[in-house]
Amino acid sequence: MELLSGADMLIRSLQDEGIEYIYGYPGGAALHIYDALFRQDKVKHILVRHEQAAVHMADGYARATGLPGTVLVTSGPGATNTITGIATAFMDSIPMVVLCGQVASTLIGEDAFQETDMIGVSRPVVKHNLSVRHPEEIPEIIRKAYYIAATGRPGPVVVDIPKDMTTPNERYEYVFPKKVKLRSYNPAIRGHAGQIKKAVDMLMAAKRPIIYAGGGVILGKATDQLTELVRMLGYPITNTLMGIGCYPASDKQHLGWLGMHGTYESNMAMHHSDLILCVGARFDDRVTNATEKFCPGARIVHIDIDPASISKTIDADVPIVGPVDAVLKEMITLVRESKEKPDAEAIAAWWKQIEEWRAFHGMRYETSPDLIKPQEVVEALWRLTNGEAFVTSDVGQHQMFAAQYYKFDRPNRWINSGGLGTMGFGLPAAMGVKLTHPDDEVLCITGEGSIQMNIQELSTCKQYNLPVKIINLNNQALGMVKQWQDMNYESRHSESYMGSLPDFVKLAEAYGHVGVRIDRKEDLESKLKEVLAMKDQLVFVDIYVDRFEHVYPMQVARGSMKDMWLSKTERV
Amino acid sequence: MRRIISVLLENEPGALSRVVGLFSQRNYNIETLTVAPTEDETLSRLTVTTTGSDKVIEQITKQLNKLIEVVKLVDLTEGAHIERELMLVKLKATGSQRAEIKRTVDIFRGQIVDVTSSVYTVQLAGNSEKLDGFIQAVGTSGVLEVVRSGVSGIARGEKVLSL
Repeated sequence: MELLSGADMLIRSLQDEGIEYIYGYPGGAALHIYDALFRQDKVKHILVRHEQAAVHMADGYARATGLPGTVLVTSGPGATNTITGIATAFMDSIPMVVLCGQVASTLIGEDAFQETDMIGVSRPVVKHNLSVRHPEEIPEIIRKAYYIAATGRPGPVVVDIPKDMTTPNERYEYVFPKKVKLRSYNPAIRGHAGQIKKAVDMLMAAKRPIIYAGGGVILGKATDQLTELVRMLGYPITNTLMGIGCYPASDKQHLGWLGMHGTYESNMAMHHSDLILCVGARFDDRVTNATEKFCPGARIVHIDIDPASISKTIDADVPIVGPVDAVLKEMITLVRESKEKPDAEAIAAWWKQIEEWRAFHGMRYETSPDLIKPQEVVEALWRLTNGEAFVTSDVGQHQMFAAQYYKFDRPNRWINSGGLGTMGFGLPAAMGVKLTHPDDEVLCITGEGSIQMNIQELSTCKQYNLPVKIINLNNQALGMVKQWQDMNYESRHSESYMGSLPDFVKLAEAYGHVGVRIDRKEDLESKLKEVLAMKDQLVFVDIYVDRFEHVYPMQVARGSMKDMWLSKTERV
Repeated sequence: MRRIISVLLENEPGALSRVVGLFSQRNYNIETLTVAPTEDETLSRLTVTTTGSDKVIEQITKQLNKLIEVVKLVDLTEGAHIERELMLVKLKATGSQRAEIKRTVDIFRGQIVDVTSSVYTVQLAGNSEKLDGFIQAVGTSGVLEVVRSGVSGIARGEKVLSL
């Protein structure tokens, strides 16, 4: 029988859970835990400069590896600083466990120093949260937290740990449970066979089908199954911003991503389709545009692990609740064995129409003889990294340009805050990726607005030697805000101009990194090459881009999917 | 449409706040809410009455089911069911009013459970319309205080909501 203190149990449970890295920041209520951390070397701790960044690091790690990330913070401000990060992970269904110190249980409710009701504060933005009421419960609570975070529709789980649960000299028997069982939590393990059969029959009968895939395919590790099914059928596929990489972007069946800034051809194909096979996506408002005008001729098959995602905004004709990999596998078998075959003539006509749309717009932008276009920067990066880098982004125009012009052929490489739209996400997320992928190129494509929301992490990068490449598309404005003001507020640029920007080159140098400024178009490619050649250095690349560029296509507000601006002057 | 959703919930601290939080967070209505432990002390039974379109009700039941502590739930209004609400009312009762109130209480099959020289306290159980009807019958001017439990419900016949 092994006797351990609550703090040692906690760290031991993390070891037994197979956790390699935790990201965090110490403080009073977490000190027993930090002491236990000090006395072992299996679980490595990364000390960030702000707790929000710890959560984004864990998030970046989780998105790149598919494994749950882990955060450790103290009570009060330590805990509340994690909220934006937790909400980010929650909106994108990212598995994560956030361990928060809490004041001693005897003080709870007395407005003690650094006391916050973290269970209450985090409740709307977690998959679940758990509170430790006795030190002996710790191993089971940790096991449960990871189980809940990583299964079903993944999400963040908060564990609140009052300080007296981790007292060093109170020891209890340590037993790490092999399995957890929760009578009230049983995620689906397969889809309904009858529904799957119905879906396959509809796929075979469709004349203008389209596959609409989302982040659920990546989270559900179903990219192989999706690719196989799509290639077997020969149908067009589009995906959401979160689904980027779930199907190779360079493949001819891929129409690009859809929605507000999606490709012309994918939005047109969705609108004119007669059957939508939705796989692990959720008909988000950034995809559907006005729901009452959404794809009027389409019948909808919707596969999702989360029943609440089905028929939430758009009614499904055939709902299938289940893990996407298992459901797609069954569909592949049924398609293979099916006596019916797709209607070759109708599908050929459908492709002919789609190719016309693709030829009409594709992805294009106007170049300039002297100004650097943000799109050009992304295209250059894509070429120079052979499309194989991990790319994280912040939120705004640069995010859309990165997603539009970097073509991802693999999952888990495009890492952005799609649901919550969190500025400040990109750098810490890139750090989380780089830590576990030291030999891969990790780019953080950002803007001068977003990067300043977590710029302090340049210090963490120095401490742990995380040579990410920060690509700052500097347009001296909050570009997406400014674009909306141009389009909807007669160019009244209310508070979207950022004056007094720091000298980012000197700033990077002050933190011990390399700074590079690019402001001449002719230097772009050569300087980017130099930057990428500095393998062991974090390089902050401050690129002065066209300040007036807009992101297109852009769906017309309250229109249907096919209503888009294609440039500042063309509207379809 | 009005619905009665009956939920078996883990009897744990914080579980109720998750249910209530879900309703406000997603902009759903709560008209009444009752909750108490069951014969199995690890479980609470919660009854919530709400209104909404079929689509909203479907979302409410799905979102409730997603809460880790919700073990099982049923929309009682989908089938035959019994609903009851308990009401305690303090009524001004003086002079000739006293006999009149007593008669009305008998008609509604209520009981006078406390008496002073000027006040009757009446206990009444039934569905919500019956309780509304009683208040209407005695007239709001005589009502000093009303407390209602909110609706509890159970399915008719063999159907049982249990583990």
